[in-house]
Amino acid sequence: MSEDPQAPSALALARLMLTRDLKLASRKASQLVQPLAFFAIVITLFPLAVTPELAKLRHIAPGVVWAAALLSSLLALEFLFRDDAQDGTLEQYALSGRSLTGLLIAKTAAHWLLTGLPLALMAPLAGAALGIPNAALPGVLASVTIGTVTLSLIGAVGAALTLGVRRAGALLSLLTLPLEIPVLIFGARAMKLAIAARPYGAPLTLLAGLAVLGLTLAPLAVAAAVRINLE
Amino acid sequence: MAWTWFHRLASPPHIYRTAGRLTPWFAWPAALLIVAGLIGGLYLAPPDYQQGDGYRIMYVHAPSAWLSLMVYTIVAVAGGIGLIWRMKVAHAVAAASAPIGASFTLATLVTGSLWGKPMWGTYWAWDPRLTSELILFFMYLGYMGLRAAFEDVQRADRISAVLAVVGLVDVPIVHYSVVWWNSLHQGPSVMYLGKPTMPPSMLVPLLVMFLGFTLFFGAVLMMRLRGEVLLRERTATWVREAIRT
Repeated sequence: MSEDPQAPSALALARLMLTRDLKLASRKASQLVQPLAFFAIVITLFPLAVTPELAKLRHIAPGVVWAAALLSSLLALEFLFRDDAQDGTLEQYALSGRSLTGLLIAKTAAHWLLTGLPLALMAPLAGAALGIPNAALPGVLASVTIGTVTLSLIGAVGAALTLGVRRAGALLSLLTLPLEIPVLIFGARAMKLAIAARPYGAPLTLLAGLAVLGLTLAPLAVAAAVRINLE
Repeated sequence: MAWTWFHRLASPPHIYRTAGRLTPWFAWPAALLIVAGLIGGLYLAPPDYQQGDGYRIMYVHAPSAWLSLMVYTIVAVAGGIGLIWRMKVAHAVAAASAPIGASFTLATLVTGSLWGKPMWGTYWAWDPRLTSELILFFMYLGYMGLRAAFEDVQRADRISAVLAVVGLVDVPIVHYSVVWWNSLHQGPSVMYLGKPTMPPSMLVPLLVMFLGFTLFFGAVLMMRLRGEVLLRERTATWVREAIRT
């Protein structure tokens, strides 16, 4: 409890959570690589299915990159709570007397660092392969970086809701994808404007707004859902 | 006591009886209003100067669209009440409402695309309102899917309530982002409802239909709520007695 003078402060606790999750993930690198490989494969399907002409691919590139990012983030959600729920760690968090919401924010942040950020770093590569001009790649990077924050937060809600459901894959996609549509719209819009060499600050700001809103509200829903599922 | 009605809401047999007693009070006015609204809308109202008779599908389409949103709000608010005050009836209302709302959403989509064929020349156009209605339909499916994924009714109630509340926050964001997305791609489609100058002969039947559909929802909700209460209390002795009589 908080009366204990030995107890770490909230910030120190968040840092502990973060290092723990990063360390755990580094021991299971394949879990991190798979969603990225999935992202790359989905991107590869489009030139094969539509056309190899870069000039035409450029038109659909924002949509392709964002749809692939959404699907890949869905795939990565499976690892967010599953192991911690199975070995009882989540239960310990809930019983620790510390704010479960705070702990889960730290956990979601670790998840974003492990899945969202690598995806964002890979997006310009995928964009270049789809014929996006080099000048527009910073826009691609920015839109996916900010957008994946919201994807991680909404995804955490979906993962927490389906914590007790076996083989939740299809259900999880039905729960999270509709909620993520604004991210898709604004993210693809920012990319499209970047490709057209026009200012893309406005949709980026809206994306950031969504991220802030998600950061404010989603952890509450995640904590509520985790508590209900642990009962 | 003034508050007894509130405490009795916690009693399933009381809910069962009350919902049964209220059903005709919703059903008959709903039937009368819908018949009156249909006569008014399909025969008495003049044809539209642009759309001819095609616009008349709005007498079904618009009230369905209104209910698709209203019922989602009811599901979320009832779920929130159930979460906060641990009120079982509220969860039963949410569970009973969701499939009705999904049906209204589907009706909106079907009538919208039927209207689209003569107006747009195609059954489906990515019109912002139809698109956000489609997303709403997916949200209903997700809600009902999540509910069905749990065997424990109480857990299903509370988990799906969290989803509904999250969804309620997101519905306006989805709606406006879709409207904004669409306005970038094509000009605004025919604003068949936003027309400021709808003559009373067209407007009055529409309002009658709105009221009639809302009461119809109330009647169906009461019937489904009875079923939901029976299902949840199936091991209780009062249920056996209630079914026998």
